[in-house]
Amino acid sequence: MSNVILDPRVAPPFPTAALPILRNAQLRKNVAHATGVIQSKRAKLVAEKTDWQDLRTAASAIRTHVLQNLGPYLEQFEARCTAAGGVVHWAADAAEARSIVLDILRQEQASEVIKIKTMTSAEIQLNPALEAAGIHAIETDLAELILQLGEDEPSHIVVPALHVNRSQVREIFARRMGIPDLSDDPQALTAAARAYLRQKFLSVPTAISGANFLVAETGSVAIVESEGNGRMCLTLPRTLITIAGIEKVLPRFQDLEVLLQLLARSATGERMSPYTSLWTGVTPGDGPQRFHIILLDNGRTSILGKKTEQQTLKCIRCAACQNACPVYLQTGGHAYGSVYGGPIGAILTPQLMQMEHAQSLPYASSLCGACYEVCPVKINIPEVLIDLRAKVVDRERAETDRLLDPMYLGMRIANNLFSSAGRFRAAQRLGRIALRAFTGKDGWIHALPGMGSRWTMTRDLRGLPSQTFREWWETRRKEGQ
Amino acid sequence: MVQTMRTSLFITCYNDTLFPETGRAVVRLLERLGVALDFHPEQTCCGQMHANTGFRGEAFCQAKRFVRLYKDAESVVIPSSSCVAMIREQYPGLFEELGNEQLRRDFHDLLPRIHELSEFLIDRLGVEDVGAYFPHRVTYHASCHGLRGLHVGDRPFRLLAKVRGLELVPLDNLERCCGFGGTFSIKNAEVSSAMLAGKVHDVLSTRAEYATALDNSCLMHIGGALHRQFTGVRTVHLAQILASTEDSPAEEIA
Repeated sequence: MSNVILDPRVAPPFPTAALPILRNAQLRKNVAHATGVIQSKRAKLVAEKTDWQDLRTAASAIRTHVLQNLGPYLEQFEARCTAAGGVVHWAADAAEARSIVLDILRQEQASEVIKIKTMTSAEIQLNPALEAAGIHAIETDLAELILQLGEDEPSHIVVPALHVNRSQVREIFARRMGIPDLSDDPQALTAAARAYLRQKFLSVPTAISGANFLVAETGSVAIVESEGNGRMCLTLPRTLITIAGIEKVLPRFQDLEVLLQLLARSATGERMSPYTSLWTGVTPGDGPQRFHIILLDNGRTSILGKKTEQQTLKCIRCAACQNACPVYLQTGGHAYGSVYGGPIGAILTPQLMQMEHAQSLPYASSLCGACYEVCPVKINIPEVLIDLRAKVVDRERAETDRLLDPMYLGMRIANNLFSSAGRFRAAQRLGRIALRAFTGKDGWIHALPGMGSRWTMTRDLRGLPSQTFREWWETRRKEGQ
Repeated sequence: MVQTMRTSLFITCYNDTLFPETGRAVVRLLERLGVALDFHPEQTCCGQMHANTGFRGEAFCQAKRFVRLYKDAESVVIPSSSCVAMIREQYPGLFEELGNEQLRRDFHDLLPRIHELSEFLIDRLGVEDVGAYFPHRVTYHASCHGLRGLHVGDRPFRLLAKVRGLELVPLDNLERCCGFGGTFSIKNAEVSSAMLAGKVHDVLSTRAEYATALDNSCLMHIGGALHRQFTGVRTVHLAQILASTEDSPAEEIA
C-alpha cells in the first residue's frame, strides 16, 4: 500500500516529501536506470534528425499560435467533432469533469470501465470517484495496471511505473493475479498481464481515454501508445469517453506531422510510436458507436495570456524534461505531490492550483536548464520557474510573519548591502569577524548555525580570507604597481 | 603578445568576498596578456541570487546599478558564467518590465561588451595558449550556466589543452548539474546533497588532483564536499590555472 499523496492540495512540501525517497535505494536505482535508458535512446534518435532544431521551432510556433487562438480552435473542434457524431462536453474543473463522466457511465449502466493511461484522469482524481460510485476502473496500460494492482501512484508522465522494477512487478502480479510461480521474465510478466486484460477488453463495453492531440480542422482525436491496449480500448467498446485538457488542440491535421515526430523521439526514444490511433466522432458499424469528449479547463485558462507562464501550456507531455532533470533523477515523481512531476510538474502544478498550493515546487529545481534543452516545444522551464518564484515571494512577503523569516530578512539585508559599496565592504569585514568563531584551525568552517547548517550538513565552507579582492586591489594600487 | 585594450573587471560579490584569489589570478593573467584592467570600486553584485530566489524588486536594484556602473566601459570581463548568464538571460526581461527606456538602451549597447573569462580570452583576445604551466592532473566541471546558458562550448577545453604540464581527464556526466543552484542548496539541501554525491563520485573517478570550472559557485559546492570527505582533491578556478606559470605557480589556497 502506497502512502504517496499526489493531490497538491494536501501533499507535503517537496523537500519533506523527498526525504524518505532519498533513502529508498531501490526506487532511486530504478529511476536512474529507467531515465538513463530512455535518455540514451532519445539522444541517438535526436542526433540522427538533422532538422531537429527546425522541428522544435516549428512545434513551438504551432503550440504558441494555438494558445493565442485557443477559443476559436476549440469551437472549431467542437463543431467538427459534433458533426461527426461525437458529443462534446465542457468541464470547468475537476469536479465537473468527474460528474460528467459519472453521468455518462450511469446512462450506460456501467459497473466496469476499461481505461487507457491518461494523466488527465489522474489529475481530476477520477478513479477514486468511480470506485465511490461503485464502478470499477480497470487500467489497461501495463504500467498503470502495475500501479493499480500494487496500490501505488504514477511517478512519471510517460512511464508511470518507472520507479518499479520487474522483480517488484512479479511480486505484485503473483499476489494480485494469483500466480504464485510467476517468473520475473519480462515476457512472462507481459503474458500474465495480457491474459488478465484480454477478457476485460472483450467484455467491458465502456472505455475511458485521454488524448495526445485534438485536431480542430477535422474534429479528430489522436492517441499514441506502445502496447496496443489503447487500440483495443478505442475500437472494441460500445462507448468511449475521452478526457482532454483544452490546450491539447492543434489547428490542422498536418500539424501532427511535426508534433508526432517530436513526441515519439522525446518520450520513448522511438522514431514512431508503435500505435498511433486517430478517430473522428463515430463511424457507423466500426468502433465505438457512442463517443463523448470532455474538454477540461481545471485552471488552464488562468495560465493563458500570462506573458511568461503561458508557454507552460505548450507542453505535449513527452516527459523528456523529467528524464533529463537531475532533481527528478534523485527523487522520481512522487516527491512532487502531483501526477505531474519533474520540471514540467514544478511549473504546471502550482499554476493549475492557481498558486494556492504546491508553492514549494517552483523551488524544486537547481535551474540547470537541462529541461529547456530537451523540450521539444521549447518551453523555457527555468524562466517560468523564476517567474513563479517571484509570484510566491510577492505573495509571502506581504505576510507579517515573514518579517523575521531568516530567508526574507537575509534577502532584504543583502539587497541593502549590495546597493552601496561602502555598506558591502563593511559587511565583508563584519562577516569575516563573525565567521571567525565558526572557522576551524584548518581555516575551514565545518558547522554553521541556523540556515547555514543546511549548507554544512554535507559540505564544508572555506573560511573568509583575510583580504577581499577589493582590499587587495586598493593596496596594490596604493603601492603603485 | 601585446594588446592594448581597456577592460573593466566585474569580480562578482562572492568572488570578492570568498575567492579573492580568483580575482587576483584574472588580474595576473590578463595583465600578462597586455590587457589594461580597471576595477570599479562601486561594484557589488549582479542580482542573480535575488532574481533566482524570486526577489525581483531587489534584482531590479542590482541590475540597474550594474548598467549604470558599466555603461561606458570599453569591455567587461567576468570570471563567472552564472553572473554573465544572469545579465544575458534575465536583465532583458527585467528592463522590459521596468520600462525605463534609457536604461534599456544603455543595457542593449553594453550587452555585446560583456564577456565571461573564457569567451574574453578566445573571442576578444583571440588567444588559446596563455603561456600557463600547471603540472597537475585536472578535470573540468562544466557549470550549467556556462554550458547551457552561455554555450561556451569547447572554449575552456581549448584553453586547458594549451596549459603545459596539465593532464586533462574527462569528467563523466559532464552535462549534469552539481546540485548547487544558489538558494536551492539551502532550501532543498537534501536533494542538493544527493546530486552533489553523484558529482563527487564522478570527480573522484577521474583520479584528478584538481577539479576546475568557470564558476566558483559550483566549485564551492563540489569543493565543500571534497573537503568534508577528506578526499584530498582540490578545486581551483580556471583563471588560477591559466594564471599559473613556472615562475609564479597558482597561489596556494587553504
